[in-house]
Amino acid sequence: MRKKPTSKLRQTTAAGWGMASPAIVLMSLFLIVPFILAFGFSFTNQRLVSPNPTEYVGTSNFSQLLSFDILTIEPKKAESGQLIRDDDGNLTYPRVRKFTRKNPNYPELKGMKEWFSWSSGDDRVVMLAKDVIFIKALVNTVVFVLIVAPVQGGLALLLALLINQKMRFINIFRTIYFMPVVMSIIVVSILWRFIYDGDDGLLNNLLSILSFGYFEPIDWLGRTDTALGSIAAMSIWQAVGFHMVIWLSGLQTIPASLYEVADIEGATKWQKFRYVTWPGLRNTAVLVLIVITMQAFALFSQVNVMTRGGPLDSTQTLVYQAVIRGYEKQDIAGGSAISVILFLIVLSISLFQRYLTREKT
Amino acid sequence: MSSPDLTLDRIKLIMRYSFLIAVALVFVFPIVFMVMSSLKPDLQLLVDTNSLRAFLPVGDISLDNYFAIFERVPVIRFILNSIFITGTTVALSLFLCSLAAFSFAFLDWKGREIVLAIILATLIVPFETIAVPLLMVVNNLPWFGLDGLTWGWLNSYHVQIIPWIADALTIFLFVQYFKDLPKDLIEAARIDGATWFQIYRKVIIPISGPVFATAAILKFLIMYSHQYIWPLMVIQSEEFRPVMIGLQYFFQLNVAWGEVMAYLTIVTLPVLVFYLFLQRAFITSIASTGIKG
Amino acid sequence: MKNIIKIGSAIMLSTLLTGTALAEAKLSMWYHGAGEQVSIDIITGVINDFNASQDKWSVELENFPQDTYNESVVAAAFAGNLPDILDVDGPVMPNWAWAGYMSPLDLPENALDGFLPGAIGKWDGKVYSVGMWDAALAIFTRKSILEDHGIRIPTLDKPWSGEEFNAALETIKAGGKFDYPIDMGLAWTGEWFPYAFSPFLQSFGGDIMDRTTYTTAEGALNGDKAIEFGNWFQNLFTNKLSPGSSQDGADRDSGFIDGKYAMQWNGNWAALPALEKFGDDILFLPAPDFGEGSKIGAASWQFGVSSQSEHKDGASAFIEFTMQDKYLAQFSEGLGLIPATKSAAAMTEKYKAGGPLEMFFDLSNEQGVLRPVTPGYVVAALDFEKALADISNGADVVDALDAAVDAIDADVVKNNNYGF
Repeated sequence: MRKKPTSKLRQTTAAGWGMASPAIVLMSLFLIVPFILAFGFSFTNQRLVSPNPTEYVGTSNFSQLLSFDILTIEPKKAESGQLIRDDDGNLTYPRVRKFTRKNPNYPELKGMKEWFSWSSGDDRVVMLAKDVIFIKALVNTVVFVLIVAPVQGGLALLLALLINQKMRFINIFRTIYFMPVVMSIIVVSILWRFIYDGDDGLLNNLLSILSFGYFEPIDWLGRTDTALGSIAAMSIWQAVGFHMVIWLSGLQTIPASLYEVADIEGATKWQKFRYVTWPGLRNTAVLVLIVITMQAFALFSQVNVMTRGGPLDSTQTLVYQAVIRGYEKQDIAGGSAISVILFLIVLSISLFQRYLTREKT
Repeated sequence: MSSPDLTLDRIKLIMRYSFLIAVALVFVFPIVFMVMSSLKPDLQLLVDTNSLRAFLPVGDISLDNYFAIFERVPVIRFILNSIFITGTTVALSLFLCSLAAFSFAFLDWKGREIVLAIILATLIVPFETIAVPLLMVVNNLPWFGLDGLTWGWLNSYHVQIIPWIADALTIFLFVQYFKDLPKDLIEAARIDGATWFQIYRKVIIPISGPVFATAAILKFLIMYSHQYIWPLMVIQSEEFRPVMIGLQYFFQLNVAWGEVMAYLTIVTLPVLVFYLFLQRAFITSIASTGIKG
Repeated sequence: MKNIIKIGSAIMLSTLLTGTALAEAKLSMWYHGAGEQVSIDIITGVINDFNASQDKWSVELENFPQDTYNESVVAAAFAGNLPDILDVDGPVMPNWAWAGYMSPLDLPENALDGFLPGAIGKWDGKVYSVGMWDAALAIFTRKSILEDHGIRIPTLDKPWSGEEFNAALETIKAGGKFDYPIDMGLAWTGEWFPYAFSPFLQSFGGDIMDRTTYTTAEGALNGDKAIEFGNWFQNLFTNKLSPGSSQDGADRDSGFIDGKYAMQWNGNWAALPALEKFGDDILFLPAPDFGEGSKIGAASWQFGVSSQSEHKDGASAFIEFTMQDKYLAQFSEGLGLIPATKSAAAMTEKYKAGGPLEMFFDLSNEQGVLRPVTPGYVVAALDFEKALADISNGADVVDALDAAVDAIDADVVKNNNYGF
């Protein structure tokens, strides 16, 4: 026996599609089709500017990005077999380029670069990657997301709770906290370049004043250990108001009656938050977490304006590399391959997030 | 005589305000820097960044930079362009995205889950990575305008509007909000024989003020302040350019930083006004829920 | 009666005029001057003169911001939407010509006589673009600074040697009067890097690419000479002789004039403010000679004809029209640029014989070197920029140069050797 769909359900299907279709059509045409095109480009040698015909190249764009190798280098030895040590008594090694450039004995290492290395006995073991910049961009992007997602989400919630009070002048504070969001990220990046300047920046001056001159000026964007963190701090500063607003709209959906009940039962502030507010924010939390993660993965403008990936690749990111390659270097295929990898990474993360935050039945 | 309780309350209140103000300073200091700098001549502006003078209206203060930017950039034209593009997009986006979200949240239809999943997946795609393919798409679309049927959307308002109307974030925002609304409202309306569109319009919209306000603000920001790469690619004529492209007009070999700051201040104003205007929606809804601090 | 005739002839005249206006073909022209009112005024003047000088064509101007001009044009070309007359940055031209965006110019013989070599855009044996001006870089400093530190003032004929230059920097640093002895301008990114620094590399004996084949950078950009250059360049920043890549743009713009930097590596466009501030004390010095002679970058913005134009003859005619000395002189007077011909230079206050900026013309004429003339330059420039930025931040010089070489070579292969 086959089940016949009831006429009511068919009616709902028609209405459902009907109401959703304008948005679906627009998104298909302007998001999904371009993405499919980009996906297709990543298997070709498509250029932005070129008289040469486009050809299918299989997965070579991806294997370029994701080739690794390990090379073990023995220390330099004198004729006698004695290990050569430098003035500090350390072992010396031949340069990696001796193996990776014009060395017929290691054809598979051609063009590879050192990513990192460690010692193993007297030998030095080097992790090589074909595209070190990409690998660094990948690592930086993940680090950035791991810093920004929890910190920004948490701060935004704190701010939302802070301004969701009945107090005089609260609207002024609400507006001020939101103000950085109002400004374009490009504008903000320009302003913060002044703030982060290593010689006479505002931040260094402020810290110096606050510490009565004990603070040593830091070249925030010029040091490999502070550049990414500085960009993260600025990004959080700029966008936290955005998520504050989303949290705030979530807070407002919590029925006041629940708080009244809690008051009657003599709940403490923390208990009210833990048992009334937080459960009421479930859907909002999912939204905020997903949106911040996505936005953090898309880090581009700040890097483009402030550091251009430097110093020493410490602020390279996936989207920045995708743009540099696809647009400035005219290599759409290579840029698209990065986009596809980024998509797959974020997709798996968000599936995992959804699994973690699934509604328990 | 004041009771000790009252004094304690007062101290609490003062501490609370001090904290609010301290946080506010963190958020406002670059903006104060921007506004103050817009009043100073270039050389002084740059010297002042060495000290707290950067935040004070001191020295040779004037509105000269503001007069100068009108010489350099068609400021009014660009702001009106941006407001038109942004306003149209926001209006259409609120309507179409909330309609779709209504369908996703309340209606039961074949393919709903999978379509919603695909839409959410598009959140992952940063615009920068699909800009060039999108250019190919819009360049091959027809348009019926004053000149009749034409192909390609370059150099127009609609190329800056239509691709941006529907987006996953806005839809998602509405879906999450609608899911929390009581289902029995809709059941009741269905029993009364209302059509789905009537329910959307008469039942859902009136109680969705806050989410509309939130979505409107977020969309406005994305459209007004964050549109940059796309107009660069599709607009070749000054008459259609939005404000953020105007910023590029200042980055000559020797940048007039005072003018940059003045321009930034001017173009930020419309967004602020829009936000203040919509903030009432938050306030009333907060008042109605009556949350106590 | 008389009045009627008058009115009649007025009507006839106006019909005539509208008639000719209708017959005129419109030529669209893109220009990088948005935001630079002086520049727009001058080019508008030239266009008005051209439109009035003949009745076949009428040029219409569209302005773009300079910073993102190339991106706008590439996107428009990608979509098949180019104007008739294109403004193009000299070193980028071969890329656009190779891609088929541009057509060779149709100029009469001898039209280019007397033009600075940097103002002529040649690719594949044909002239594709001509510039009304060139730019030149010099070391800006003050006579008093050099004299106080006992440093020889170099001349065009006898520039500093590399050792002299390095010693001068160390002397000024030891003097302790300035934040930095020189400002190389790392706040400026993009084309500034190859434009400003690849001539130093060439003076050492290296290059961005091997110009005998144009198919590899191996040896040119990572050979011994290039490594020597890299070490020298790195020392400028690790030894605090120049501010590094985190310098903010404002310090770049005002640092020399404010007296923070004793010297600055900068272009003629910045010469006027410095001249105003320091008057007779100002010095514009030629680049140091690191072995292969003093060299500076040549080629600035030029005009060319789009391949999509339906009126290539008109576009060519316009470009030829712009090449008159009086217009070259106007641009120079208005914007401080170097006029493309000696005769035009003679018409200007600043660049004429004995003028305060005269030496820039000679610099440009005698020491200007073109960046590699290949479609692949656009990509090579970015890899070169990255290598130098990394080196300035303390990267291993050899590895950084190797990386740039590999990236450039990989790009050449991907593009079927760019037709070489």
